[in-house]
Amino acid sequence: MAAGDLAATGRDYGSREPVVAAPPPGFVRRWIFSTDHKVIGKQYYFLALFAAFLGMALSLLMRWHLIDPDRKIAWLEKLWPEGAAGGIMTPELYLSLMTMHGTIMVFFVLTTVPQSGFGNYFLPLQIGADDMAFPRLNMASFWTTFVSFLVLIAAFVVPGGAPLGGWTAYPPLSGVGAIAGPGMGLGMDLWIVSIALFCIASLMGAINFVATLVDLRAPSLGLMQLPLTCWGWFTTAMISLLAFAVLLPGGVLLLMDRNLGTSFFLPAGLVVSDRALQHSGGSPILWQHLFWFFGHPEVYIAILPGMGFVSTILSTFARKPIFGYRAMVYAMVAIAALGFLVWGHHMFVSGMNPYSAIAFSLITMTVGVPSAIKTFNWVGTLWGGKLWITTPSLFALGFVSLFVSGGITGILLGQPAMDMYFHDTYFVVGHFHLIMGVAAVFAMFAGTYYWFPKMFGRMMNETLGKAHFLVTFLGVYAIFVPMHIAGIVGNPRRYPDFKEFEFLADLKFLHTMMTHAAMSTAAIQLVFLFNLFWSMYRGSVAPANPWHATTREWSSDEYE
Amino acid sequence: MAAVLVWVVTAATLALFLSGRWWLPEAINAQARSWDSHFNLTFWIMGAVFAAAQLALSWVVLRYRSSGEPVAESGSHGNNKLELVWMGAAAVVFVGLSALSTAIWAGVHLERAPAGAMRIEAVAKQFAWNFRYQGPDGKFGRVKPELISDANGNPFGLDDTDEAGRDDITMAALRIPAGTPVVLEMQSRDVLHNFFVRELRIKQDLVPGMRIPLRFSADKPGTYEVACSELCGLGHHQMRTQLIVMGKEEFQKWQQETLQQLGVITAPESR
Repeated sequence: MAAGDLAATGRDYGSREPVVAAPPPGFVRRWIFSTDHKVIGKQYYFLALFAAFLGMALSLLMRWHLIDPDRKIAWLEKLWPEGAAGGIMTPELYLSLMTMHGTIMVFFVLTTVPQSGFGNYFLPLQIGADDMAFPRLNMASFWTTFVSFLVLIAAFVVPGGAPLGGWTAYPPLSGVGAIAGPGMGLGMDLWIVSIALFCIASLMGAINFVATLVDLRAPSLGLMQLPLTCWGWFTTAMISLLAFAVLLPGGVLLLMDRNLGTSFFLPAGLVVSDRALQHSGGSPILWQHLFWFFGHPEVYIAILPGMGFVSTILSTFARKPIFGYRAMVYAMVAIAALGFLVWGHHMFVSGMNPYSAIAFSLITMTVGVPSAIKTFNWVGTLWGGKLWITTPSLFALGFVSLFVSGGITGILLGQPAMDMYFHDTYFVVGHFHLIMGVAAVFAMFAGTYYWFPKMFGRMMNETLGKAHFLVTFLGVYAIFVPMHIAGIVGNPRRYPDFKEFEFLADLKFLHTMMTHAAMSTAAIQLVFLFNLFWSMYRGSVAPANPWHATTREWSSDEYE
Repeated sequence: MAAVLVWVVTAATLALFLSGRWWLPEAINAQARSWDSHFNLTFWIMGAVFAAAQLALSWVVLRYRSSGEPVAESGSHGNNKLELVWMGAAAVVFVGLSALSTAIWAGVHLERAPAGAMRIEAVAKQFAWNFRYQGPDGKFGRVKPELISDANGNPFGLDDTDEAGRDDITMAALRIPAGTPVVLEMQSRDVLHNFFVRELRIKQDLVPGMRIPLRFSADKPGTYEVACSELCGLGHHQMRTQLIVMGKEEFQKWQQETLQQLGVITAPESR
């Protein structure tokens, strides 16, 4: 590494004079191919913002279709001439929207905003570093993520369209090519390439986060003095290193099965669409092991940084130190570690050894314990405080409420015997949307309203913010609680319509209600969008530390 | 505002769950009935924890909110004793529930089928079910994957040259006699599928390359819907069949008649 790089990363331990490099000249170096952590943080944030609205639009199309599958939507045919011939959405189009919704939301929103967006911006500021440890690697991570996103979107426009196998891409459906259905040809290949690129980007990002946290903390800042936000990013980076390192080769193997004739996931004797395939010796269940070894920790990748934000925000607005700081750190580390031992609870009905289900179940139940500890400590942090109700504190409170509501049903789903009924029903859809989806999204909203003054030098509008919270909070409950009820009735997920089954006819009212709730919740997000961009230019100028917080980013004079 | 909102969603959620308007279908065997009682136990514990946590949250918000921007406050940094008590209680409840339900899991997956259980083969494909019964010889006939052809009405790939296969009955719906233990030997020939009967509280994937036995019985005659519950392609939502539970005599009559149609046995002299 050249001497200049050392200075730029602040690793010159000889002198502790702050080394704030002047921004590079030129628009491209400063805003596009930037190595500045703050610019990269914003790039991630805005990429994910676009992805979030795209993913939401796909979900609205699905919800709109579900309440009247024969409805004609003329403009749909313009977008998908084959998938919506005559303006009526085909089952394969529905399933491809579902696959893309899940993939976009999990990877490009839930993984991207809390860690790569806010983490990049605020981690160095909170630990007194001048930038991330490897600024150019950081730039490479973002641009790899960006390319990965483009490759994924490209699946929509190639012949056959986007894949219909769900975000979990279970083989053999995902492994045998176009004969398994529309979108399972080139679209599926693009999906795998996109995910592989995303894994590479995440691995680079995770290395950077770990190196920064270990190496670049201010000399007086011990690990047990880190804000809980930093612990969230730290544990998430450790999880990412291990989890994406397994998904990446998994994706490569699947690509080889599809294109090079290998048989990692494909057994002998397959007859698809009346055609006998020449594979032998592979196991479809192997993919599920590899996928969920990543996929379950991925849940914590989405939620741990948010737990950090919420802890810091509640403590700031209650005007109290965090209740049980050490317990909170240990709980995060325990969640991260135990999270790697529970992937089998996604596979209770998969045909794996039924004895292992019992072991996975017991460990799954113990992950509930640190989660319960965290909830207890958030309530403890508020206890005896002076709670200042603002938009960020409201979203943080909303997070706690949703985390409880979404987490509690894990007690049911974590029991193999109970999962025999609930697996792949709407109960599961409601469960993971509450805890992994909207709880994490509430943490992102809390982070956005909280850190906006630092990121853009202005305040967001509080009235619009509170209205946003009110409708979103009621809306997400109205969408996802009825899903649990539909699951109790036995409603399978991933069905483009419910016409074939007599027992599903009775659920029309619930599904109609969910769709209307989804429409309202989506509409209020436009208010958020307006508030975000309007406040960037017209918001009142923010004081240096508007919330009177005690973490370091507010005393840093770095702005972008 | 926050406290009231939390009350609203808590009350609405509890009301929706307790209304009983949408619920589980009636269980049709002893296994499913013990499943129901464990579900009820879990459900009430979940409901109590849910309500208690939401009320605690709304109570601290209501009690400790301040009007306007408050001054700095110092306060407790934590309480290790409370932390440990809470941790212990959560661990006992969570792990205890899981341990209790192990008996139900073991009943379905770990116990051996009783001798004399009826063996039925299930083969799933995109997007249909086929079931095969042994004939009077008590054997399944030989199958060859290369003979599989839906066009020729041979979804199993039955080999004509094997005598044992002549009396096999193949059907698109699953008929079983009430009160008789059944072992469904499940296979898939293309992608993952899933056999789900709500009334049995049972769900099991069918995995290409594996033969997965599923043991159950049903007490209550009736017709129950079987829904594929593992995404299998564009017709996933139409992959439906029926579990038809018949009285024992009725079942035998049906079996005899079907064998007569196959020409395996001759019809008794009609008077």
